[in-house]
Amino acid sequence: MAAIVRAHGVHKHFGALHVLRGVDLEVAERELVFVIGPSGSGKSTLLRCLNRLEEPSGGRIEVDGIDMLDRRTDINRARQRIGMVFQSFNLYPHMTALGNVALALRKVLKLPRAEADERARAALERVNLADRAGHYPGQLSGGQQQRVAIARAIALEPRVMLFDEPTSALDPELVGGVLQAMRELRESGMTMVVVSHEMGFARAAADRVVFMDHGLVVEEGPPEAVFGAPREERTRAFIRQIDRH
Amino acid sequence: MTGWERFADSFLNARVAAEYLPKIVEGFGLTVVLALCIIAAGLTAGLALAVLRSLGVRPLNWLIIFAVDLFRALPPLVVIALLYFGLPAAGLSLSGFAAAWLALSLVLMAFSEEIFWAGITAVPKGQWEAARSTGLGFLPTLRLVVLPQALRITVPPLTNRTIAITKNTALASVVAVPEILGAAQAGVSFGFNPTPLTLGAAAYLVLFLPVVVLGRWVETRFAWKR
Repeated sequence: MAAIVRAHGVHKHFGALHVLRGVDLEVAERELVFVIGPSGSGKSTLLRCLNRLEEPSGGRIEVDGIDMLDRRTDINRARQRIGMVFQSFNLYPHMTALGNVALALRKVLKLPRAEADERARAALERVNLADRAGHYPGQLSGGQQQRVAIARAIALEPRVMLFDEPTSALDPELVGGVLQAMRELRESGMTMVVVSHEMGFARAAADRVVFMDHGLVVEEGPPEAVFGAPREERTRAFIRQIDRH
Repeated sequence: MTGWERFADSFLNARVAAEYLPKIVEGFGLTVVLALCIIAAGLTAGLALAVLRSLGVRPLNWLIIFAVDLFRALPPLVVIALLYFGLPAAGLSLSGFAAAWLALSLVLMAFSEEIFWAGITAVPKGQWEAARSTGLGFLPTLRLVVLPQALRITVPPLTNRTIAITKNTALASVVAVPEILGAAQAGVSFGFNPTPLTLGAAAYLVLFLPVVVLGRWVETRFAWKR
């Protein structure tokens, strides 16, 4: 299977802090890769390097055949193919749910308003929020906001979706709806890279689990292997930690 | 004459008031025009500088910060005097109106740049990241996502500052602009009676009291929503 994401030897420094110390990650088409690890292990930074929200200090990153670190790459065009969902939703508070989803369709894809609205409505439909199209983010629950954020990303029909702790900011009873939306996205064949602590979801849905610690990939494999019989001591310690909760 | 009669004759003299009222009304119109020109130019320039500053070009930002601090530190009267009395020495003479307009526009630009900049930086970084991650460029993100939120937060402080600086139109009287205070002072000199000053004060109240009340309304209205 062709790899959509190829990251090789990715380094990232924040001043004196060496956050990524040569990370390799490949994600195949239609694959769902779960990235886990203790806080500060660099998993979010890795994700943010993939669409260059963070500028890596070294390494190679290719997404859908585009060299993300090449100066000549039109980063705005490249980012259209990479959807991203954030921990804190980051919906535009001055726009309705529909406006949030339609903005990039109109201003990036340059679709006429009617067509953009139609596609935005279809995207909201996919996360079961068609009836909230006219609501502002402040009028929606956290779970609904995150589903609008997912709709905003998938409306552009990206080749890969990045999820940066999509449920960490949610009350427990709101997590289910977001995971459901992610599950449906997965079933539609979307390639996904998910940084999250939702181990139940990882066990059920992930094709592969990647465990990171101190800026390096320590271990990876199918979920039953990484969760059931981790090879590395650091992985075992981490799994014990989170299983206790 | 009792003390009160002397006061009334000096400050509330009906004959003098009737004579100089037309001049004060003209001055009123001039003050309004000057104030509107200052607000238009000052706020536009302030917003433009804040947008330039958000581009993050170091040397440019030093220049902006220097200019902004300069005009925030100098008393507006000094700026007016420098432009009016100083520029002719450099071969460029400005009318009193132009000097007052330029000076107060620069001062409003400086203060409003700081307020706009504070508004832009108050918008969470996640807003930029969300928009940029969908492929939206820097300037469209600024215009469509960040500025609408920034402007909302800036409305109350901006209203206050704009009122404070617009009141300085009275300083234009120093460079012979017959705005309200200028017209009143001329009236005092020609009429040998300070009643035109009373008219001037009344004119300022008529002009600015509604603006101040409006400012208070705007402030509470925008404060609720955040």
